[in-house]
Formats: sequence, C-alpha cells, structure tokens
Amino acid sequence: MWRDALLVAGKDLKIELRSKVGLGQVVPFALVVLLLFGLALGPGVGRGSVLFSAEPGLFWIAVLLATVLAVQRSFAVEAVDDASDGLRLSGLDPAGIFVGKAAAIGCQLLVLELVLALVSSLLYDRHLEGGLLLAGSCVVATVGLVSIGTVYGVVSLGARQRETLLPLLFFPMVAPVLLAATKAWDAALSGSPGHGLGWLDVLAVFAVAYLAIGTVAFGPLLEDA
Amino acid sequence: MGPVISLREAVSLSGRFPLLAGVTFEVAEGEVVHLRGPNGAGKSSLLRLCAGLVAVSSGTAVVLGHDLTADRQTVRREVGLLAHSSFLYDDLSVVDNLRFAVRASRSDPAGVDRALALLGLDGRLRGTRVGRLSAGQRRRTAIAVLAARRPRLWLLDEPHAGLDAEGRELLDELVVGARSDGATVVLASHELDRADRLADRVVALAGGRVVAPAPAPAPAPADSVRGCDEARAPVSLAEGCDVA
Amino acid sequence: MSLVTTPVGLDSAPPPGAPAESGTSTSARPPAETGRSRSALVLRLVGAVALVGVVATVWLGLWVTPPDQFMGNLVRLLYLHPSIAWVMYVAYGVAFLSSLLYLWPRTRSLRWDKLAGASSEVGVVFTGLTLVTGSIWGRPTWGAWWTWDPLLTTTALLFVLYLGYLAVRRIPGDSEVRARRSAIAALIAFVDVPICYFSVLWWRSLHQAPSVDDPVNGKTYIHGSMAWTLLLSFVSFTLVYVWLLVHRYRLFGLAEREEGEGLALAIEERRAESQVPSR
Repeated sequence: MWRDALLVAGKDLKIELRSKVGLGQVVPFALVVLLLFGLALGPGVGRGSVLFSAEPGLFWIAVLLATVLAVQRSFAVEAVDDASDGLRLSGLDPAGIFVGKAAAIGCQLLVLELVLALVSSLLYDRHLEGGLLLAGSCVVATVGLVSIGTVYGVVSLGARQRETLLPLLFFPMVAPVLLAATKAWDAALSGSPGHGLGWLDVLAVFAVAYLAIGTVAFGPLLEDA
Repeated sequence: MGPVISLREAVSLSGRFPLLAGVTFEVAEGEVVHLRGPNGAGKSSLLRLCAGLVAVSSGTAVVLGHDLTADRQTVRREVGLLAHSSFLYDDLSVVDNLRFAVRASRSDPAGVDRALALLGLDGRLRGTRVGRLSAGQRRRTAIAVLAARRPRLWLLDEPHAGLDAEGRELLDELVVGARSDGATVVLASHELDRADRLADRVVALAGGRVVAPAPAPAPAPADSVRGCDEARAPVSLAEGCDVA
Repeated sequence: MSLVTTPVGLDSAPPPGAPAESGTSTSARPPAETGRSRSALVLRLVGAVALVGVVATVWLGLWVTPPDQFMGNLVRLLYLHPSIAWVMYVAYGVAFLSSLLYLWPRTRSLRWDKLAGASSEVGVVFTGLTLVTGSIWGRPTWGAWWTWDPLLTTTALLFVLYLGYLAVRRIPGDSEVRARRSAIAALIAFVDVPICYFSVLWWRSLHQAPSVDDPVNGKTYIHGSMAWTLLLSFVSFTLVYVWLLVHRYRLFGLAEREEGEGLALAIEERRAESQVPSR
C-alpha cells in the first residue's frame, strides 16, 4: 500500500509541477478570496477592525474553498479520458491510491496555506505569532481536510454534476475542522497558545477519523465511481 | 491450466441497459481471438468485462484464474487493455506515463525503453507531454504501455484505429510477438481482414451475445500468422526471444 | 395488480434488483394476498391513528392544557418540537442501522438500502421541521430566530449533511453500486454527527445557552394534562414517521420493480438484436 501511495503521490505532484494549475489558478483564486473579504468587511486596519479579528476565520474559509478546487483538479486529472477507468485499471491498491492522492493534495495545500498566511497577515494587519501552533494546526487540519475531500472527490467522480456535488458534501463535513482550526489560530495569534491546544486535539480527532474513513471507504467508492 | 477466459451466461449492465445479455465464451491460453460484430454488439463491453472494469451482474466469469464475480482487482494488474480512451496523463511525458503504468502493474521496468524503441517513441517524443501528441502518437503511446507491461492477456479494442500504415504493421507484429511469448490476445477490430489474418479464431457478437460460437474461419488463419512470422521476424518481447 | 416478483424473461439468471425485493409482501400464494391486504389495512390504520393523534395533540396543546407559569403560551410549542426532533433522531438511527446492515455481507439486501433511503428522506423533512419549530420557539424566548446553540448548529449541519446524502443517492448507477455508495455515505454522515456536536459544544462552552430540546426543564412543573399531551405527541409523531416510512419504502419497491421489468424487457430486446443476421 505504501509503495502504491508513494507512486500515486509522486505522479500527482509531477503532474502538478508540469501543469502548474495549483500554482497558476488555485493560489491566485485563494488570494482573490482574501481580497474580496477585505472589500466586504473592510476597510480598517489594526486591532479593532473586523478584518483583524476575523483573520483566522477568513484564512481558513479561503483554504476550504481552495481545497475543493484542489480536490476537483486531482480527480479531473484522472477523468480526462474516461471517468476513473484508468485508476481502476492500474491495479493499484485502493488504500494506496487514497493515501497517495490525499498526500499530493495535502502537499499543495500546505504550500498554499503558507502563502495565504503571509498574505492575510499582511492584508489584514495581523502579525503571525505562535508560529508552532499555527504550523501544527495547519498540518493536522490539512490531513483532515484532504482525507475527507479525497473521499468525496471519488464519490462525486461518478456523478454527472460533480462540480456542485463535491462542495455540498464536503463543506458540512469539514465545518468542525473549520471551527477548530479557526479557534486554534485565534488562540495562537492572540498570544495565548495554551487555549489552542484543546482545539488541536479536536483537529487531530478529525484527522484520524477521516483518514481512517478514507482508507476503508475509498476502495469500494472507487469501484462504484 | 484451464482456459484464460471462461464466461458462462455473463450479463453486464450499465444502469438499466444490458451491455452483455448472457455471453458464453472461452479462450484457451496462447490463442488469438478476433471478436467481430456491428457497432453496439458488445465487443468493447466484453473486453472491459474481461479486464475487470465492469461488474458481472449475473452468470460466471473467470479470467486468468480469477473469479470476476468475487474479485475484480487482481485481474486488472495482469491484463492489458487497449481501450478507446488511452488512460494516459496529459501532463506527463510519454516515458513518465509508461513508467507509472509499469510500476503500478508491478511489471519489469526494463520494458519501458524496449517498448519505446519498438513503437518509435524514443528520441524526441520520449520526453514530450502526452497532451502535445497527435492522436496517432497518443495511440502509439497507449500501445507502448501495453508493450512495456507485457501482460499475460492482451485485450485490444479497435487497436488499428487511428494508426498509420506503419503503426498498424507494428501492432500486428506486436500481437504476433505476444502470441509467440505465450500470451493470449483478444482483439476487436473493424479492420476485418487484418484481424482475421492475425487470429486463430473468430467469434461473432451481436446484441450483447455470441451469435456464431466459434466457427472455424474459412482461410486457415494459423498459416497466415505463420506467413506473417516468416515475412518479418516476430517482434518478441521476451528476454530470451531468440532462444524460444 | 400484485406486488409479486414477476417472472423475468431470462432463461438462466434473473437480473439483479428485480427478484424477491418487491413491496411489502413476498409470495404469490392467495393466503399472501390476504396477508397483503391485511398489511395494507394495518398501514391505513396506522395512518388514521397518526392523524387522529396529531389532531388530538394540537387540540390538547392549544386548548386543553394550561399555559406554563414561566413560559406562558409558548409552552404549547413544546408539545410539538421535542417529538419532531425525536422522530428526526429515530429516522437517522434507522437509516444508519439499515446502511450498516446493507454493508454487512451476511445481511446484504436491497431492502436495507431502500429502508435507509426512505428513512433518511423522512428524516430530512423532520430535520427541517425541527429547525423551523425551534426557530419559532427561539424568537420569543431568546429574542432571535437563531442562536449558535450547539444543538441548533449541529442540527443545521445535520440537515445539510443528509441533503448531501440524498444527493449521493441520486447519482445514477447500477442498483447495487448505488446502494453500496449510499450506505457508505450514510455511515460517514452519521458518524460525523456526534463529533460535530462535541466540537460545537466546546465552541459554545463559554456561555451555555438554554437548550431547546430540554423538556426536562419543565417536567418538574408539568401538569397532568401536559404530560399526557407530550406523551401523545411523541406517540403520534412516531406513527406519522412509520406511516411515511412504509409508504416511501413501498414507493422505492415499486420503482425498483418497474426498473426490474424494464430490465427484463431490455435484455430481451438486446437479445433480439442478435437474431438479426449480421454481416
């Protein structure tokens, strides 16, 4: 399984490096979202402004939206010719495909989160403090996001309306992740990382649960896609 | 060892439409079988069923010793399906596509270079993104994937389509070579004469069933295959092909 | 016309989906016919009792029971809201269990899939009703249509989660394929509910709002007629659920049967194609 996971992740990242869809479209899209938040909730700088206090939430909303795009892209690559037949025909271990695809999306998301964190801190004038908790919650939250995203990515692969189905399935499932990640970030940025540790645990619970769900469910779902 | 493919009254559905309406069909090891039939007869579906891609709704299907009603996963690694769609990644180069397929099916990685050379995809095309290839070159790449994997069972769906004259010759040579390596080949082609010449046996399909269960085709196909062999040395993909 | 498995025109194997799954009764014998009409009668009875029960609940709730000493007339909503929420939980519980039973190889049967589909559909309707009645209750109580109470928030998420599940059920495909995919989706949705609840609970732990679904609060003061009304409400809404569930289930069965017959026909047609002499 790990061998297959590595193979799939390597393949997906290579495709991403060659096509640069993530870099060229998903990252700019997320940046536009940050700008739009500024327009909707701004103007205002510094402590007391809406943007300042909402920064963690806005950051994670942008990440969530970008995740949907990244997942869609990851499965669009497989369905260029014919929906998912290639993946199935490859004879790869389904759990390996799941872990590989999730890992590849996760790598891209972490890069995106880094960019977004810097830009949102800049735009909304909030210094990035408590770096360890920030980074930690990013990693753990990303595991949860990509796991459930990959599961629903393959569910919606078989649907004709896959562009609309994925967000419908994905967003309610990750609402708690959004909640916990925002809280953890809020705690870190307000200089009280102690409060964020509990939320980190919540994130970890989701990461483990969704990873487990995906490892088990991906195979049958791919078969049915 | 039993037959490579053994179907009994196999039904395969797509939603409510029966792609295959009860097919009984057997292929022995080392045989080259040509599936004939009009469009929509179920040729592609039969090949896809043998590749473990579509579920067997009722009846039995055993391919390479794997019961497809129970497990369709293992068989996929062992068969090579050349389908209408190429299952290639547009953003990867030709050689990367081959490498991925070979690793995924746990085949011998040495097959990649050999297959590229065989299909004239070495040199400039080797590192080209598949998305940039012409339709014919793309088809060749898909065939090269098969040649690199060297499966025990080749399932070729319209293999001649989209190929130039040279490509078609190459494909025929590949089939002959695969056969002399002991592989089994099932192909469905609209190039009837060409495919009949390659085949040991012709099976006709219509309406999702076998209509002429293995009649001996009039001209002895084995001879023509042999003639083919003599004309140009068979392209053997096996390591010790000249010994064999 | 009977709800009985029709002999499908396949000489060797019946198509999947068609056999032995139809409707409420199972065999073609005359005794079963009477059994079927009896079950139809029972169902009609359930429907009638449910209707009477709901009407009685409304009557008792609005006219007979006294206003609460703290909540005043608002208390009357409590005869409705908890029982609707209860049905919601029952419905999702049934959907979860039947999805589990479908996935369990020994009990795999399309019956469970239909039951899960029917139950979650009813569940979604009752979730909507829970939200609406809760909201109506919340407006005068808290001065807002919506508060970010953990229960409210989770219920809203539940609503969307199961709407997603129903969307997954509509993805076209072979009935077995569809059933398996849906069952997995149902499990995922259901498992998410408790963890969702706890995370939202912690989120709101700063000021624990009075929970809507807490009839226990009032129970110590509850008047005799109030207790009876509440009980009646629970029973009659559960009956409404059963009635809707059975009907929806039967509808699924009929649709499936139609599909099965269409399939037999399609296979025959497909085979007829092979009679036409080909080249």
